[in-house]
Amino acid sequence: MFSRAVLEMIGKGILETLYMTVLSSVLAYILGLPLGIVLVVTDKEGIAPMLTINRIIGVIVNIFRSIPFVILLVALMPFTRLVVGTTLGPNALVVPLVIGSAPYIARLVESSLKEVDHGIIEAAKSMGASPVQIVFKVLLPEAKPSLIMGGAIAVITILSYSAMGGFVGAGGLGTLAINYGYYRYQADIMLVTVAILVLIVQGVQELGGRLVRRSDKRL
Amino acid sequence: MAYREPMIELIGLGKTFESKNNYVKALEDINLTIYEGEIFGIIGLSGAGKSTLVRCINYLERPTTGKVIFDKIDLSEVHDYELLKIRQSMGMIFQQFNLLMQRNVLQNICFPLEIAGVSKKDAIKRAYELLEVVGLTDKAKAYPAQLSGGQKQRVAIARALATKPKVLLCDEATSALDPTTTRSILNLLREINKNLGITIIVITHEMSVIEEICNRVAIIDDSRIAEIGDVEEVFMRPKSKIARQLVFSGVNHIEHFVGEDKCRIIFDGRTSFEPVIANMVLECRTPVNILFADTKDIDGKAFGQMIIQLPEDEISKKRIFAYLETNKIPYEEVI
Repeated sequence: MFSRAVLEMIGKGILETLYMTVLSSVLAYILGLPLGIVLVVTDKEGIAPMLTINRIIGVIVNIFRSIPFVILLVALMPFTRLVVGTTLGPNALVVPLVIGSAPYIARLVESSLKEVDHGIIEAAKSMGASPVQIVFKVLLPEAKPSLIMGGAIAVITILSYSAMGGFVGAGGLGTLAINYGYYRYQADIMLVTVAILVLIVQGVQELGGRLVRRSDKRL
Repeated sequence: MAYREPMIELIGLGKTFESKNNYVKALEDINLTIYEGEIFGIIGLSGAGKSTLVRCINYLERPTTGKVIFDKIDLSEVHDYELLKIRQSMGMIFQQFNLLMQRNVLQNICFPLEIAGVSKKDAIKRAYELLEVVGLTDKAKAYPAQLSGGQKQRVAIARALATKPKVLLCDEATSALDPTTTRSILNLLREINKNLGITIIVITHEMSVIEEICNRVAIIDDSRIAEIGDVEEVFMRPKSKIARQLVFSGVNHIEHFVGEDKCRIIFDGRTSFEPVIANMVLECRTPVNILFADTKDIDGKAFGQMIIQLPEDEISKKRIFAYLETNKIPYEEVI
């Protein structure tokens, strides 16, 4: 159906997309997870309430979450060039992907951690657990299934953001779909890339569900 | 019990919750001494402030006024990190058990030991000892979701005992359990008190729990202590309105349909389990109506109470009182 060159291109696109998604997800979690923890801990009802810090972080997160990703992508270009040295290619897209999705991840983490029963936290306090111990021995382990589910959602969001990188020549399946399907009216290539994206999303969701079922001891 | 050392002293304790535009007084002027080795009950209706009170004892809630002295340490004067250490000598169990759902039974019991910095090997050894105390050795690898309510509370008790506390705080620990399970948990608490010498503080809204295991009781009403004393004393001669209400719990509705004089007969274990009412009726030759009865036979002794409707004529009434007095059965007229 497709020439060898096209197939190679699609293969490269898949690898680039996976590379961007995985790397961005890891880096975005390194940024977003602590932010989410701080949001929960410093909350009015949290284990170490610090309202000023909580509000400042909350506002920053909200600002970044309200900027449409395409706009952020362009706006961050000078910064991206500073960090990676170029604004083209997968590595360049990782920068806006991380900055765009970390606040989203912070909120996902926040809502997962807030699901942990307050009584369990109180029990830990009654045993003399410090706030740090409560975070690492109670909040994170107890919220693990929910965090994994949130992780799947985050990865899928990053994947779909990465496809938007096609407009700025970031590489990956998004570039393929836009360059061939959109600019050159090659609907078949666009369809195939979209189908592959659907399959990846399905796979991530399924994997997330499986990990949750395996790790959740409440079932 | 006065010869014992005080374990917990509450002096002029008060707690006010502040929200944006109002103050809620949860506790006011609470003065209380709990002695080493006793089982002390704190009872009150919901909203009376008893849960806040127990949380003030281990400083989960910081009192607004007054002092908590635990084992000769004034908790208001210690640093936060010292407080964490002190809490390790105060175990606590809850109505909703509050077990870590993602940890198995053994890991739950090891949890407070991990916090205290005990080595993993020693923690597991201690956890198995405790599993034996609460009779759940075969459930070591089970997860809380696989256990019944009573089993969960047993795990919670084992967990609370892991760090060898001096005091065990029980916040409505049996309120989510059925009567049979409640009894077995109370028996376990009694054993722990007897065998390990741990002072136990029981918070509840059920008088039956107090009667079952407590030595002394404080009744909290409207943020204050309404009455305090030995359980038998409070049960037999409740002075405050709230105490009467709690002792008569389940009896209240009788007032709605009977306007006559009533009499409460108390079985305090001094009378043997004999047909008291039947004998009284035969001897006084006057029928009485039993309005309420809640008695049990413990080791051949009668415990509990009965409320009877008194006959209208004064002579029969006097005869009944005379009979009760000669037979040394405590009673009181209820209006």
